[in-house]
Amino acid sequence: MPDTDDRGGSLAATPAQTIGPFFGHALPVPDGGRIAPEGHPDAVTVHGLVRDGAGVPVPDALLEFWQAGPDGSLAGAPGSLRRDPREQAPAPPERLTPRPPLGALLGRDGAVFTGFGRVPTDAGGRYAVRTLRPAAAGRSNAAPHLAVCVHARGLLHHLFTRVYFPEHTAAHATDPLLAQLPEERARTLLARPDGPGRYRFDVQLQQSADGAFEETVFLAFR
Amino acid sequence: MTAPASPAPPPPAPAPYRGAVERHPRRPLLPFDTGTDPDAVELTGPVFGPADVGEWDADLTRQHPGEPLGERITVTGRILDRAGRPVRGQLVEIWQANAAGRYTHRQDRHPAPLDPNFTGVGRCRTDDRGRYAFTTVRPGAYPLPDESSWRPAHIHFSFFGTAFTQRLVTQMYFPGDPLLPYDQILAAVRDPADRHRLVAAFDHALSLPAGPLAYRWDVVLDGPSATWTEEGR
Repeated sequence: MPDTDDRGGSLAATPAQTIGPFFGHALPVPDGGRIAPEGHPDAVTVHGLVRDGAGVPVPDALLEFWQAGPDGSLAGAPGSLRRDPREQAPAPPERLTPRPPLGALLGRDGAVFTGFGRVPTDAGGRYAVRTLRPAAAGRSNAAPHLAVCVHARGLLHHLFTRVYFPEHTAAHATDPLLAQLPEERARTLLARPDGPGRYRFDVQLQQSADGAFEETVFLAFR
Repeated sequence: MTAPASPAPPPPAPAPYRGAVERHPRRPLLPFDTGTDPDAVELTGPVFGPADVGEWDADLTRQHPGEPLGERITVTGRILDRAGRPVRGQLVEIWQANAAGRYTHRQDRHPAPLDPNFTGVGRCRTDDRGRYAFTTVRPGAYPLPDESSWRPAHIHFSFFGTAFTQRLVTQMYFPGDPLLPYDQILAAVRDPADRHRLVAAFDHALSLPAGPLAYRWDVVLDGPSATWTEEGR
């Protein structure tokens, strides 16, 4: 096994490397942003833009979401990256492109709330997930939120952040993460109302030079 | 008899890959002590079951009707957390170029042949000892489109742990690859010991006669020490 380091005899962690430009044929799944069961009356859409420090949309990012359910449960459910076990997918139109492998990705079955979503940004740097509003997990004083992991070509290490919902003003005052941030920084973690059942949450990877876009707060957990 | 050639001088260290600089946060990451929020969502993680993995997913040489080109290899190892506990039942995903160094990706324009019998995508779940295993072909090296260097052979890996904070995306390299000292992306990991952790070991004992050549690569996922498993707290 790997050797130990000087952190209390614990094992040394394997370092991260950039996700690179060519993950698109491997990691995204059909309906990967459909966390809520199909047709659920309480489903909400969280959508937004991923931008770099020059204000340019990032077309090759991959966002992953993990969250508590509407009942505060963190159990989740398997099946968020479901494959079709039956047969080979039809050949794509491009003559020389190899077929998708046997048991092509089917996407989630639409019936269960898995708690997990995975979506790539589109050519315009946009993403969207459809989910259920989380409740606070456990009995802590933390406010309900979505956990987000941001991957992108050119990022040496993925970035963690959170999406809080604007309705929970009282809970935000006692949230152990939000409470330690000045208001303009905390605001980067708040989704904005954007019509019925819709929220806007943009990810700003780097503070823009002109100050127009405040950099999203990214987290180092310990 | 001529004198043995003197050892080659060490290669000049490549400039470490910095990625797309305008994508890197300027501000330091905000340290968040999960001890202040023991119910933090990030201390758990998504669950994956048999429905998330297909029958052929772990053997990339059997996903198509024909045989892919290239040298058959197996890559196997254990996934542990920093306390040495096995990471069980979690999803491991890989993607890679084919034996000629070409990805099945529309934007890969490297003029090496595509292989109709190789897509280069695999996944499996770790077993009760935290083990994973893939059968595939050794990927080819390829040049970076906008740099004057070639990338060594590598396989991209994605790991989920028992906590969302253990999420890891990285790359595995092959021992003895002459391109390793020149790779800017590997050089982005600054500590030589850390770089060494990304290079698999050839395992002759595991390599079956006339079977695939075996490589062993063990992985340690990070994450807060508060992360629990059924063996902890």
